[in-house]
Amino acid sequence: MSAKFELNDDSVVVIVGSGAGGGTLGTELALKGIKTVILEAGARHEIEDFVNDEWDSFAQLAWTDMRTTSGSWRVARDFANLPAWIVKAVGGSTTHWAGASLRFQEHEFRTRSVYGDIKGASLLDWPITLKELEPYYEKAEFRMGVTRTNGIAGLPGNNNYKVFEKGAKAIGYQDVSTGRMAINSAERDGRSACQQAGFCFQGCKFGAKWSTLYAEIPKGEATGNLEVRPNAHVLRIEHDASGKVSGVVYADKDGNQHRQKARIVAVAGNSIESPRLLLNSASSKYTDGLANSSGQVGRNYMRHMTGSVYAVFDRPVRMWRGTTMAGIVRDEADHRPDRGFVGGYELETLSLGLPFMAAFLDPGSWGREFTTALDSYENMAGLWIVGEDMPQESNRITLSSEKDRFGMPVANVHFDDHPNDIAMRNHAYRQGSAMYEAVGATRTFPTTPYPSTHNLGTNRMSENPRDGVVNKWGQSHDIPNLFISDGSQFTTGGAENPTLTIVALAIRQAEYIAGQMSQKAI
Amino acid sequence: MKDNDVSLSRRSLLKGATAAAFMISAGAIINPMEAWGLEVKALKPETMQTLIQMARDIYPHDSVADRFYAIALKEYDTKSASDAALKSQVEDGVAKLDELATAKHGTRYVDVGWESQRVAILREIEKDPFFQKVRGGLVVSLYNQKEVWPLFGYEGESAIHGGYVNRGFDDIDWL
Repeated sequence: MSAKFELNDDSVVVIVGSGAGGGTLGTELALKGIKTVILEAGARHEIEDFVNDEWDSFAQLAWTDMRTTSGSWRVARDFANLPAWIVKAVGGSTTHWAGASLRFQEHEFRTRSVYGDIKGASLLDWPITLKELEPYYEKAEFRMGVTRTNGIAGLPGNNNYKVFEKGAKAIGYQDVSTGRMAINSAERDGRSACQQAGFCFQGCKFGAKWSTLYAEIPKGEATGNLEVRPNAHVLRIEHDASGKVSGVVYADKDGNQHRQKARIVAVAGNSIESPRLLLNSASSKYTDGLANSSGQVGRNYMRHMTGSVYAVFDRPVRMWRGTTMAGIVRDEADHRPDRGFVGGYELETLSLGLPFMAAFLDPGSWGREFTTALDSYENMAGLWIVGEDMPQESNRITLSSEKDRFGMPVANVHFDDHPNDIAMRNHAYRQGSAMYEAVGATRTFPTTPYPSTHNLGTNRMSENPRDGVVNKWGQSHDIPNLFISDGSQFTTGGAENPTLTIVALAIRQAEYIAGQMSQKAI
Repeated sequence: MKDNDVSLSRRSLLKGATAAAFMISAGAIINPMEAWGLEVKALKPETMQTLIQMARDIYPHDSVADRFYAIALKEYDTKSASDAALKSQVEDGVAKLDELATAKHGTRYVDVGWESQRVAILREIEKDPFFQKVRGGLVVSLYNQKEVWPLFGYEGESAIHGGYVNRGFDDIDWL
């Protein structure tokens, strides 16, 4: 039975956001007997509400509140007010994610040491190691039901995967499979097996894909220790005279403002909203925003080096059938600087429906070069590139001069590719095209990055408080009862899809918070 | 239709045969080949006819009938009824297209014979807000029509059919 806490109950942990970080942390704390309130800006849409329609689903789930953009990235031109394709709803972007669940590699926790001093990059070693995180990766994989772990079978490959696999093997790749996916290959944990419906991005209609919406939060609510308050958009975090955070002010769906008191506040609003909230919480004591004595809040914004390769064949593929991200090549994931860049990348199958293919294949393009590509839609295969991008201090979330309907400055997202990102993307475009050409592609399309889905790094973890915003537990260096619980705490991005690491960190953070609370340290 | 109208239509057809095979008749545009008509209230019928040709030149798909382009553009007419700024943007934009066409080819835009010639005119205005608005709207309103999807092979929603687990998710046979 879901709990219901009073606004003036100052014993609760308040979590801002219900996605991979916030939803997991809230559930885990509730399971440990800790009273927790999750404030979610979006509405609660359950599985039966999801729609197998790209634009209708986008209208239902996507975060479309005003944001602004700057920088030389193409997204700023094509989608000036949509820098990110992420979700505003209970479950956050775990409703939308594709399910790829890969652990970081050992060297990716210490990139400054391994890659060296890369000009223009603000690389930093994480204050934790793979070894320290491994037990939590194990817990995360078990609770998410990741295929090819814990004796769980891999998913079968769909048409898009079969083309991808054959192409990959034809050019000599060996580490190619249907991947480690948080999608049930058989019924598990009260959730259905994958029915190969496609539309993974639109919310899984079968609940086969792990999401905090239905795989975590209901378990937390069942303890009686967790309340999830949807349509509760947090505007600022408040603190007491001693400087410790004391609660948050949020607007409900009618725009009425409420003050929820808190013993601890954990921010998990994604790497754009989380720093925005800290910056919008500036006070006479913290004039540059909360937890920002380092000046690092909002900096080092990473979005992964991404791109896609679509290819047309002379016969049908029907790539939209089945799991959207149906397979992974990992041969390029390691660090081999002889390729002309540091870090590595994954190749993962991807498909878009016709409406989104039209919008994203080459935004702004028109005429027959463009439309003949869509004419071959049925014969298309596709993959997504996801690689480590270089953190840069100037890639940054700042407060815009534009205000939202509550009068709070919206986030501006500034991004420029680093030369390493460009070199890696060009390499990946060549490799992806070669895979498809090896199995008979008649045309390939190196497709520009979509609005960001992997937003990382804007409240990064650091050993030294001067270099980042939070310590190895996601606890802010400046304010002991203020935590960051989403991907914004990543020191660097790795080449892997971030959700598994966010979940592992949240499980670990819950353990730390519970310990600190019982010791009365916070 | 009364006989009278038919003969009027026939005359119009003979007189005004255009690349897109449309007729203009008393507040409507009619496509006799596809047997449909579209009533136009706020915009001039000729303007809607030109918009349809322009849309086809922006996103040309030879297997997609004119009516889908007309459906994708219909909202310019309905919205123009209450939005004077939009109405003048569209009327002015089309007038400029016709001006450019007349200067180059001595005819209205819709009567310019080759797609490549019309596309050359569009390239001249592709940075204009009018063009950007039409293209940006069309990329959603054309490709988001469920009736258009089968023409591209796209199958739309699948969960109501139980997904593809038993319906060919892995049926590729030519690899």
